[in-house]
Parts: sequence; structure tokens; C-alpha cells
Amino acid sequence: MTSTKPGRPDARRPEAGLDAAREAGLDAGPGAGLGSGRGRGLEPGLESSVDPLPKRSGPGRKAILFVSLAVALVAISLVAAGTGQLGVAPAEVLGSILQKVGITWFPLPEHPNGDSALWTIRFPRVAMAILVGAALAAAGMVMQAIFGNPLAEPGVVGVSSGAALGASAAIVFGATFLGDWSIAASAFVAGLAATLLVYGVSRANGKTEVVTLVLVGIAVNAFAGAGLALFMFLADTQSREAIVFWQLGSLNGSRWPDVFVVLPVVVVGLIVAFALSRRYDLLSLGEKPARHLGVNVELLRIVSIVVVALLVAAAVAFCGIIAFVGLVIPHLMRMIIGPKHLPLLIASTLGGSVLLVAADLVARTAVPMADLPIGMLTSLIGGPFFFWLLRRTRKKAGGWG
Amino acid sequence: MSASASAAAPAPPAAPALRVTRAGVTIDGTRILQDVSFEASPGEVVALIGPNGAGKSTLLSVVTGDQAVTEGTVEIDGRALGAWSLRELGRRRAVLLQQNGVFFPFTVREVVEMGRAPWQRTPREADDEAVVAESIELTGMQRFRERPLPSLSGGERARASLARILAQQTGILLLDEPTAALDLRHQEDVLRIARDRARAGDCVVVVLHDLSLAAAYADRIVLIAGGRVVTDGSPDEVLTAPLLSEVYELPVEVMRHPVTGTALVLPQRHDASPILIPADSLEETT
Repeated sequence: MTSTKPGRPDARRPEAGLDAAREAGLDAGPGAGLGSGRGRGLEPGLESSVDPLPKRSGPGRKAILFVSLAVALVAISLVAAGTGQLGVAPAEVLGSILQKVGITWFPLPEHPNGDSALWTIRFPRVAMAILVGAALAAAGMVMQAIFGNPLAEPGVVGVSSGAALGASAAIVFGATFLGDWSIAASAFVAGLAATLLVYGVSRANGKTEVVTLVLVGIAVNAFAGAGLALFMFLADTQSREAIVFWQLGSLNGSRWPDVFVVLPVVVVGLIVAFALSRRYDLLSLGEKPARHLGVNVELLRIVSIVVVALLVAAAVAFCGIIAFVGLVIPHLMRMIIGPKHLPLLIASTLGGSVLLVAADLVARTAVPMADLPIGMLTSLIGGPFFFWLLRRTRKKAGGWG
Repeated sequence: MSASASAAAPAPPAAPALRVTRAGVTIDGTRILQDVSFEASPGEVVALIGPNGAGKSTLLSVVTGDQAVTEGTVEIDGRALGAWSLRELGRRRAVLLQQNGVFFPFTVREVVEMGRAPWQRTPREADDEAVVAESIELTGMQRFRERPLPSLSGGERARASLARILAQQTGILLLDEPTAALDLRHQEDVLRIARDRARAGDCVVVVLHDLSLAAAYADRIVLIAGGRVVTDGSPDEVLTAPLLSEVYELPVEVMRHPVTGTALVLPQRHDASPILIPADSLEETT
């Protein structure tokens, strides 16, 4: 958006002198005049290992990432939809989709039940994975922006388990006040309450200490876990299974009506997050500097908390707790394209979708005839990642708080 | 919004850019500021000086709008502070705080670009690139422009933040101890930039601890102690040995620079007997 445009050589003048020479290899390399070389990355040491000549160019790097993620998403979705007990080739999957819009360039599924298997079981599940992955990654990024802390994540701080508690309450008490939307609505209310609680308790002087955040997360998760245990105790066998499913997280049994509940919520949440992304950049300076630059910080916070609760509740209401997506994806994307929130949000939504479609594919196919809980898979990878991140953040003095 | 802004924009030339009238601030029953009045006009550098805990920073935060006054009024460009929208204020006054961190590894250039935010979707957005480049150059941050801010030293971060403030292109600059983290050369650079901006017609208010710096660069000095304005006048009027010795509770001598004649303020160190510093003022300085 505001990246240096090529063809403005006057905008960057390598300075003479010893220091400049030392820095030249890092920052203002010989190719600097050509445009927008950017030395960035979380570790300063990372930069020196990068070849100074072909400099990572900002806009180019972003475009490459967006296109690769989009291509990966399409590819993995076609493969995921075609994989399972009833195998359908990716080309046939594509044929089946395009046929709906009248294009018949690709072959249709050979298997007589292929088309119906795709449309009744596989497609809603893949669509749900795309939506939930995007929602969780975006929610993670928004949380990190308003907490000013890259370790904030809906699963870690307890927003997800809060929403799961709300969802299971709706199941146990048989709430049907809003039809298909009942479970999602109570997940939203409980998720919002959890987000507000975490936000209120863990922030001090405009920032959130890592230790406070993690401790608050432990408390909220413990409380929600106890609540879920109580509901399991109270519930009949059927509801009990449903609650266990919430705790583990799964995309199994996703139906189109579910997808059409999640879709508008996620779309609205993402639109608002995109609209706020430049303000998140300013908020990274701290609350006061952001206000001095014209940002209504209080309003920004409240709207963002609602957005987080919406996105997480939409995901949790139908798929249970799928943790760490909101931690791993924004972090990886930040390492590749830097912390600017607009490109980061685009990359995170795409990356979250890719991750979840892929993870669900593994969950369905890793063990024959079994459907592993996807939340277990993401935690299996995300847990160690979180640990690594925590260690690294602690080692770095200052900066992140 | 723009209509009301342009209506107030052509303020009469003599009008002060900011005016604080009989301001008082009470926080949790403690009076931090009391009956403070002062003005700053376009074209001048006003230094706020005083001992630790005197209320300098509180006074500055009253002017920035971070701290609401419990008594009195604050006006920016002839209009009450609260009557401006945050965005309009962002185009009129820029603030440099003492803390200059950023939560994520934004580069210096990206941070300076953030200073252009108030001008987004205005005709002046077209100047963004040139203004950002100029601000970075003015603060000597060219060779750091693609470096992540958190990887820089405190002084470099402070200069990057100054570049961001300059990129905001406001008529009023409010600087809270901008020289605190800087070495000798960069202290001079920063205050020279501030003075140049004032000569170009901006209004600069700066909180300073170094009284000799204040003497050299300020057009006017406001001495604050105990939440009140003690004196408000030219450096020669304010920087006198008896007054400073009393306010800082330390024997102070004021000399003249042999060439320029500006005041040099030094604690009286040549006395044979050790100087006794009251215990409470020691606590405050930590």
C-alpha cells in the first residue's frame, strides 16, 4: 500500500562513511536504487544471511506469497475433495464444480456416486475448512494487534474454550431459540465474554506482558474446562459425545446449512478486520501515539474484540476447539512479508485456509477408516511451536513485552 | 469535517497556536497541576523546564489531550481541544513521547510512513513519499531505513520517532524530553531541527532537562515547580542562579558562554564542602 515504488532512486541514498559501508550489505545494497529492497525479519541476524544483490523486494515478495498461497489453496482443496474412501481425481473434482456453472472442459467423476459424494459430504467439509482456517488465522492476527503481543491466540488465551463452553451449554440445555443459529449464537456470547475478560485482566499500561497473558489463558481454560466437564456430567450420552467432539475439534459431519451459517459471519468479520488493518499498524506504536495520529483507540479495541469473538465463535460453533492456527499462521506470514497488517491479514487468511484444509485431509486419511480430531493435530504441531516462540521471546530483551 | 476545519484554519497570525488557561489536574485527590496558564505561538520554541515531578510531562499531556484537565481550558489553534476530532488534531499537532517502541518488527521507513496517517484520503497524501524521505534524511536515519525498529538502539529509535513526527507535517510540535536517549551530537541535531521548524513558522513546545540546551535553543522558557508556573520568560529572565537554586534545591551557577553569550547552567561543584541534597529530591530522580 505504502511500499516504496520502483523507479524512485532518489528516495534512497546510500550514505558514505564507515558505518554506511558496514550497513550497505544489510540495507542499502548495490541494488537499492532499483527499488524496494527491504531487510526485515524478526531476527536482525537473519538479514545478514540474505544475499544483498537480489534483495527481497517488498511488493514482489508479497505478490509471490499471495499467488502461491492462492494456488496452494485451490490445489489442496481439489485434492482434499477427491481423497477418501471413494477416490475422485482432482481433474474430475474440478469438472464436477465447473459443470455447475455450465463449463464442461474437464471430465466428470467416473464413479456413479462420485458427484453426490462430492457435493453432499466432501465439498461442505472442504468449504468449512477454508472458512474456519481463515477465521482462526484472522482472529489470531487481530488479537495480536490489539494485545500488542505476538503470542495472543484464541486457543491459548481461552477464547476458543469459552466459546466451546457456550456451544455445549446450548446443546445440553437443548437451546433452539434461534434455530440453526442457536449454538453459534451462544458460542459467540460466551466467546465475547471470554475475550473481554482476558483483555480486561491481562492488559496494563497499554500492553500485555507475556506472562500475564499466558496465566490468564490458563485460568480461563481451566474454568471453561471445568464447565465442559460439568456439562458432560449432566448430559445424556448423545450430548456427551457432542461435547467431547467440541473439546477435540473436528470438521467431521459438516453440512451445507452449517457452512451457510459460518460463511456470512466470517465474511463480515474479515471485512471489518481488513477495514481496520491500517489502524492496527498505528496501534503497534502504542495507544497514545496511535491516538495522536487520529485513531480512536477505545472504539478500535471494542470493535476488534467483537470481531475476534465473531470469528472464533463461528469456527468453534461447528468445529470445536482448533487451537494454534491463529498463532502459527500469522507468525509465519509475518516472518515472510513483515508486520504490516493489511498484507499480513491477506496472507494469514489464505494461509489459515491452506493449513486447515491440509490438516483435515491428514485427519481423514492418516489412519484408515478413522477420522482423527483435527484440533488434536493442530495442537500437536502448534504446542511445540508455541514453546519455541515463548523461549525466543523471553530471550529477546524488550521490543515485544 | 473538512468544512469546519477550513473555517478555523486561517487563524489570525498573532493568535497563539496553543493556549492553556488556568489549568488544573487532580488525580486521585492529588493536585498535579494548579492554575497553570501558558501560551505558545507559531514561530517560537518554548521549553518547559523544572525538577522531576514538577508536572512538566503532565502539562504536556494536557496539551496533547492524553490527560483531561479538571479545571481550566486548553485551546489548539483557537478552538477548544475537545472540539477537534482526533484526526483533525493529528493534522495540527504531533507528539513525541519518551517511549518510542513498536510491538512488531516494522522497519524505520514503515514507522515514518505511519506519521502520514492523518493525511490519508486528503490531497496531501500525494506528498507522502517525498515527505517520508525528507524526514528520514533530516534525522540522519537513511542507513537505517530498512532496519526493523526493535533492532535499533534507544537513540536510533528516538530519532526514527522524531522522523515520524516530522512526517506528520503539523503546525504544532510537542516533544517530551526528545534528547533524553541521545548523544551529544544528536541532542544538538534534534534541537536544531526543532528550531528550524519554528523558524519556518511552526510552534514547538519541548520538555527539557538540560538547562544549557534550553538556554541555547528556546525562545522562551516556562519554569514549572510544584505543579505551578514559577516563571515564564526569555532564557535570560528565567535562568538565574538564585531562582534555579531555589527551585532545584541545589546551589546552581549560571555563566555566560565566552563566545555566544548564552547561559550555561551548572551545579556549583567547586565548593569545598560536600553538597547536601535533600533526600526527597534524590528519590525523585531515580
